[in-house]
Amino acid sequence: MRQRRRAAWLFLLPMLIVLAGVAGWPLFRTVFFSFTDATLATLEGFQGVGLDNYLWLMRDPVWWRAVWNTLVFTVVSVGIETALGLGIALILNAHLPGRGLLRAAVLIPWAIPTVVSAQMWGWMFHDLYGVVNAILMGLGLIAEPRAWTADPDLALPVVIAVDVWKSTPFMALLILAALQMLPRDLYEAARVDGVHPVKVFVRITLPLIRPALMVAVLFRTLDALRVFDLMYVLTGNSRSTMSMSVYARQYLIDFQDVGYGSAAATLLVLVLAVATVLAVTLGRVRVDAGR
Amino acid sequence: MDPKRMIGRIAFGLLVLGIVAWAVFPFAWAIVTSLKAGSALFTVEAWPSQPSLANYAAIFKEQPFGRNILNSLLAASAVVALSLGLAVLAAYALGRVRFRGRGLLLFVVLGVSMFPQVAVLSGLFELVRWLGLYNRIGSLVLSYLIFTLPFTVWVLTTFMRELPKELEEAAMVDGAGPFVIVTRVFLPLMGPALAATGLLAFIAAWNEFLFALTFTLTDDARTVPVAIALMSGASQYELPWGQIMAASVVVTVPLIGLVLLFQRRIVSGLTAGAVKG
Repeated sequence: MRQRRRAAWLFLLPMLIVLAGVAGWPLFRTVFFSFTDATLATLEGFQGVGLDNYLWLMRDPVWWRAVWNTLVFTVVSVGIETALGLGIALILNAHLPGRGLLRAAVLIPWAIPTVVSAQMWGWMFHDLYGVVNAILMGLGLIAEPRAWTADPDLALPVVIAVDVWKSTPFMALLILAALQMLPRDLYEAARVDGVHPVKVFVRITLPLIRPALMVAVLFRTLDALRVFDLMYVLTGNSRSTMSMSVYARQYLIDFQDVGYGSAAATLLVLVLAVATVLAVTLGRVRVDAGR
Repeated sequence: MDPKRMIGRIAFGLLVLGIVAWAVFPFAWAIVTSLKAGSALFTVEAWPSQPSLANYAAIFKEQPFGRNILNSLLAASAVVALSLGLAVLAAYALGRVRFRGRGLLLFVVLGVSMFPQVAVLSGLFELVRWLGLYNRIGSLVLSYLIFTLPFTVWVLTTFMRELPKELEEAAMVDGAGPFVIVTRVFLPLMGPALAATGLLAFIAAWNEFLFALTFTLTDDARTVPVAIALMSGASQYELPWGQIMAASVVVTVPLIGLVLLFQRRIVSGLTAGAVKG
């Protein structure tokens, strides 16, 4: 036993060293830089500035816009993805002809890289030659073409729509996996007793898949809070869609202001930590590898 | 069949068709666009009147897209091999040996896979420069470990736990040490698990954007997603949409093929780890 425990730590050591090197140390440096005036050019010569970076952040309306965008994006997209994912999972779970084909089709958006889906939708939403404008005008829903990704009022909804398209399959797959674990005899009994399907869904299905559903929602939420690729490719550094990650990277790399950018990145970590704690306590999510 | 049920069936069928169209249309449109050359690009038509492969030829001739694919392949393969190697050993320790602090370690590993990439950007940038890896594939292998390693450790730990106890006990009776048990007894049984986990980690590395965008500078050091995001045409104001769509199709077709081929394993891998896609 003792020998096994010693071996266990020996086996863990390489993994732990690598994680400390690529995650622990860089995270520590980011928090550290957030209290300095370091720039990309002077990563060696910098001075501590205390909480100055954070104070500047608090006074920057662009930062607050980024926080707001990120929160709106997260709440709306995860909300829609959960509802749609649940619906699609229920359909995939039903016995219908061509179920395999349907499942394969639904997997396609998930298999496509975010950057590619952003470009594909960017082209479909193109103001002059986009198919979306053409279809909507053909149907008589809009009178003239819209500049979807450039219009500040439309850009965030467009970004959310693209994320819903790409991420709903993930949600549906996780929910489907939970649905397929449900005991059949319970439904048999409900059917024999003549319970209305809606009641069966609310009273039996939902409570039973709740743990899996909460885990899926938590994972999607954390993913949405740190979103970067989608906005960067679809709308660039536009303020109307900028997320907290886009804001932080713009300062870190484009403006080379490592101290200020690090402060923004550190705040993002705090937001994620708060979201996780909230989800785990309020939603009673159990994230556990074992049983 | 009574009419009410009939209508219900038809409505359900239409709903299913709608879902399929919604899922497939954007990619289908990308394929259609990629086949349009010249001014055909700027007409909205369901199928090009003169389909042409000019855009596909152009991305390999006018852009270093072959080189970009090679970069992506190299970075993703290297990071998957490294992650699996490190994770198999760690997963044995976390999945099959009881020791204090095991639960905490699992949480730390999971936590690492969850924090935002931008939060390590400045620290990693410093590290990459210090190691002399800036604008090299090595910088990507190093930085991708941050999400592939926790993922592979987490999923392989769940798989390890499922393996029968008797196997290990029999090997121990025969005098095998932990290392022999992992490499000779468990590893051969883990083929499918390794393939599924490796594939998901490969896809994640293949698709990564933020690190690749930040740690590479020149066209020929770029990976596929960055190349597609930054592809530019003859003039600054005119994006080569046909080429962008052709490049998108080229990288996506193999991915869709792999995902459809392995869909069962992928779903079980995703739920075992319940990790991001």
